[in-house]
Order: sequence, then C-alpha cells, then structure tokens
Amino acid sequence: MTSDSTDSAVSGVEIQLEGVTKRYPGSAEPAVKDVTMTIPAGQIVVLVGPSGCGKTTTMRMINRLIEPTSGRITIGGEDALELDDVRLRRKIGYAIQQAGLFPHFTVAQNIAVVPGLLGWDKKRIAERVDELMDLVGLDASQFRDRYPRQLSGGQQQRVGVARALAADPPVLLMDEPFGAVDPITRGNLQDELLRLQADLGKTIVFVTHDFDEAVKLGDRIAVLGEASTIQQYDTPEAILANPANDMVAGFVGAGASLKQLTLLRVRDVDYPDLALTADVGESPSELRARLARAGDTYALLVDRRRRPQRWVHVRNLSAATSLANIGRPVGDTVSTQSTLQDALEAILAEGGRAVVTGTRGEYVGMIDIETVTGVLAQLREEHESAGDAGDAGDGVDGDGTDAADGDGHGGDAGRAGVARGDAARDGAGRADGGVDGDAGAAADSGAGTS
Amino acid sequence: MTLFDYIADRWDRLALQSWLHVSEVVQSTLLAAVLGVLIGVAVYRSPVGSAVATGLASTILTIPSFALLGLLIPVFGLGPTPAVVALVLYALLPITRNTIVGLAGVDPAVTDAAKGIGMGRLAVLTRVELRLAWPAILAGMRVATQMLMGIAVIAAYAKGPGLGGEVFSGLTRAGSANATNQALAGTLGVVVLALLLEGVYFFIARFTVSRGIRG
Repeated sequence: MTSDSTDSAVSGVEIQLEGVTKRYPGSAEPAVKDVTMTIPAGQIVVLVGPSGCGKTTTMRMINRLIEPTSGRITIGGEDALELDDVRLRRKIGYAIQQAGLFPHFTVAQNIAVVPGLLGWDKKRIAERVDELMDLVGLDASQFRDRYPRQLSGGQQQRVGVARALAADPPVLLMDEPFGAVDPITRGNLQDELLRLQADLGKTIVFVTHDFDEAVKLGDRIAVLGEASTIQQYDTPEAILANPANDMVAGFVGAGASLKQLTLLRVRDVDYPDLALTADVGESPSELRARLARAGDTYALLVDRRRRPQRWVHVRNLSAATSLANIGRPVGDTVSTQSTLQDALEAILAEGGRAVVTGTRGEYVGMIDIETVTGVLAQLREEHESAGDAGDAGDGVDGDGTDAADGDGHGGDAGRAGVARGDAARDGAGRADGGVDGDAGAAADSGAGTS
Repeated sequence: MTLFDYIADRWDRLALQSWLHVSEVVQSTLLAAVLGVLIGVAVYRSPVGSAVATGLASTILTIPSFALLGLLIPVFGLGPTPAVVALVLYALLPITRNTIVGLAGVDPAVTDAAKGIGMGRLAVLTRVELRLAWPAILAGMRVATQMLMGIAVIAAYAKGPGLGGEVFSGLTRAGSANATNQALAGTLGVVVLALLLEGVYFFIARFTVSRGIRG
C-alpha cells in the first residue's frame, strides 16, 4: 500500500500538530495531552488505540469540532486556529461511523451540501455529484434520487465518503467510518478506499480501534495510549516487527507475525528455484537419470507453457512408459502477486512447500516455510537495529524502561524469531480452511489480550 | 323547524361565524407554533430548560378554560383579545413539547456530520434539525388545533368570535323556539370544521415532510 500511494499524484497537504492539548473544565487530567505529530501530505495516517484514549478527540481538533485548549495545528502551513472554524471545515472532508447522512435529503442532495455551501452553480454541482457517485461505485441514475434509508449500510457509507470528497478537499478526516458494517462489506470498502487514495493522494487521518484495519489502510500508524499520548508512530511493518513497548505489543496482539505476512508479497522475497522440472514429453528413463544426478526424489511436470501440472516421485518412473498420466496433481499454487499469508496457507495445504507461478501462470520457483520464517526474522532484525540507532525519536515517548525492554528483545533475536515461527504455524494450523478467517481470529485474540 | 331548515335559514350568519371560528383557531395555532418552536429551540439542549418549559406549559393546560378566560377578562377586556391569548396559551403545550421531543430525537451523528462538513449553527438548525423535527412539530400543531376548536367555543364566554356564540345563546335560551337547533348547529359546525382542518393537515404533511423521513 505504501508503494501504491507514492506513485500517485499527491493532492493532500501536510498537517502538523504541536503540543496540542485538550483539557475539559472540571476534570483533573487532560483528555488529550501534549500531542505533537506530523501527518505527511498524501498519506493515510491511522490513529489507533483503545476506546476512550482520546483518538477521536485528537482528530476532531484538526477541524475544530473540538477547540484545543493549547497547542498549534497547521494544515498545509496555515494556522487552523486562526481561520473561521466553519470555513475551515468546508475545506476538510469529514466521514463518520454510520455515515451520518441527512435522512431527509436524497443521495444527490447529501453529496451536494458542501458544494452548495461553497456557492457552486447548479450545473457544476450536478456534474460533480455524478462524478463522485461513479468514483465510489454507485450508479448515479439508479441511486441519485434515493433516500438514505433506502440504501444498505455499505451504500450509505459510500455516499458518506462521496459527501466528504465533494468539494475536493486536500484533507479527509474519517472517524471509524467502516465500524458499523459487516466484515465482508468492510473489507470491500477498505479496498475501495485504498483504490481511491491511489488516484487522489489525499491526506487522510483515519481513526479506528481495529488494529487490522490500521495495518491494512495505514501508510503510517500512530498507536495512542491514555490521553492520546503517542506510544509509537511508524509504518505498519515497523510496528509489527518491533513494537515500541508493552502497550503497543498488547495492542498489536498475538497475531503480529500473521499480520506482517499480509503486508508482504511473494515477489518481495527471495524464493529458491528448488524443483527439478520436466516437460510432459520427456521420457521417464531420461528423467530418472536426471533425478539421480541431482540427488532428488521429486520432479515437477510442466506443460509447454511451463505451467505446473503434477508432481512425480522417482518410484513412479520405473514402471511408467510415458509421463502423461502419472504423479499427483499440483494443488494450491501462489503467484508472485500473492501475499505471504496466502503463500503460507498454500505451503500448509501442500505439506511444506508451494509452487510459485509468474504472471502467465508459469513456474518460477518454490516457497517453503523456512523462507517465510526467515523473512520475518530478517524484518525484525532490520527494524530492531533501526530502533537501536535512535529512530525512536518519532514522537514516541522513549522513556528508560521501554528502551531497556527493547534491548532485551534485541539480545535474544534468534530465540524470538523461532518462537514467532511457531506462533505463525500454530495460528495458521488453527484455521486451516481460510487464511482470511484466521487473521480475524488472531485479531480477536489480540483484542482480548489488550 | 328542523335542524336543516334552521341551518338553511341562518346560513349566512353561520358561515360567517364558522369562518371567524376557523380563522381564530388557525391564527392562534400559528402564533403558538412560532412561540412554541422558539421556546423549544431555546431550551432543547438543556434538560433542565426542557423540563421547566414542558412543566409550565402543562400547568397552563390544567387551568380550566372558563377560569382562565375569567382571569384574562379583567386584563384584556371582552372581545377577541382574551380569547386569542387563552387559545395561544393552551396550544403552547403540545407544540413546545413536540418541538423539544423532535429536536432531541435528531440523531447526534447527523448533527455532528452537519457541523463537521461545514454548516454554521443556523444552517444546522434550519436545514437539518428543524427539518427532521418537523413531523413531530406538525403533529403537535395538529393536536393543538383540534383542542382549540373546542376551547374556542368556551371563549365565546369572553365574547370571542366564532360558533361559540351560537352554542352559548342556544343553551341559555333552552326551551324557547329553535334553542336546541341553534346549539346543535354550533356544535355540529365545530365538529365539521375540525374534520376539515384535519384533512388540511394531512395534505400539509404530505407536501412538507421529506419522503426520506415519512413514516
């Protein structure tokens, strides 16, 4: 996802929070305490944390639905606190849970509100409404005149996003926008947000309590603790590989390694070309000789376009007259586009290793469990050494105990790597039927521990 | 003389009185609606304010209409003024209460979204909150109108306009010629007018409540 958004046109602007604090009268502790962070232009930054940690309050201070008690907020270099708050909000897209659509307005009227407030003429508004409905995947002729109650939850959420984008604001604030829809619809909406973002390059501040959602959507994730203090602010890869402290580790949950696998694709890792391949036209005796020379017992039969067909064992060859019908068909294969999580699923189903195919379905190599665990161990080492080099200055309150904790893990990287490999195997073994379902289960147990 | 002969005979006067009756009730309702909505808007955000406003309006309703009119006559004299004041006071309760209930019932997510996308305070109130509370406000006005149709009859005691005069004079002349016809004509007129206004409300709701929130 990082690579998706970097090559898109960036229309967003940078947001900076400096020492932003919100203190409600009558309460001793501030709701948000001294938050300083930079939200880079054109990126999705996810604020994630337990309920009541002040993540929504932090977000609502950006468009001043809540006025900060102290601190400075700049949006694209402009001091947000100097501007008229109502005008400021017209330049910031806002989408919330359950969409918050106006039930007495049609879909088109809902989307047209902000352009109307900005005084666009009717024709321009009508064109923009159609354009946006197309953008969020709703057929304009079918849905334009419907009322929100005539839409499904997912459709309402799409309209909510379209309304937020209506006046093409550089910044979008999204407060658990997909919290109230079913998991399948949520997945689709997330995919579409990523697709939209690849084209639009907005600066998006996204609030959620679902760490998996944060990992999927975020270019960067800010894990917030009590009073919105930033525990760790980094890329999803770095947070999964090296949680800054126990609170982050607890929030990441038990399935960290599995979640990491969703971020990596097979093409990103070194997979060995292990298998001995043979064309179906080859004679069995010739293949047996080649296997003997290579000291191998299995060969992969491929068709003319080198697409994997069947596995043959050296034992099958002695009696066979042709390679045409012998051997065991190849089951699950993974493509170079697949995530490592899909690859792991195929490896488990295939009994230790899986065939990797290229863009046209041709054989390109094999991937096995060691490759996967090796990649995880390497990632962890990379991020740990980066952390040791003082990268913790990303706004993380790197107090003494946390740093010591981190070093402790670093000293024992080998053991930790093995332990994680086990966890991955256990985790995947549990689900067996579907890797996606397993990620959900892992997330659930993770939420439980935090 | 049968009732129908009586009505045909006195049609001009009855029609005028009917018109005055309806006009008095409708104007009082509208005045009460303006006041009630203003009061509702002023207090709906505060639970205490809402309780006080509803409580006061309820107290007014417990005062017998005869007594209230009697109390108003020394202040406003006889004629339409005390009648209209009394009617407006009675109509306040259903309208104020329904305005408060309607505004408080607006989904907070919707007002939050309205503010969040850049509507000012007044726009949120007029374009979102009052539009969404409108069916409740209209229902309050409808109840108020029905109630006032009856109370306006009593207002004839303070020499208010309308069909009340017919009813009162019919009752006081009980036993003499056409006394029953007169009282009956007045009473039936009120019932018929109330039904007509009910129909009017149906059409007002039909044309002013968005299809998106119609029950």
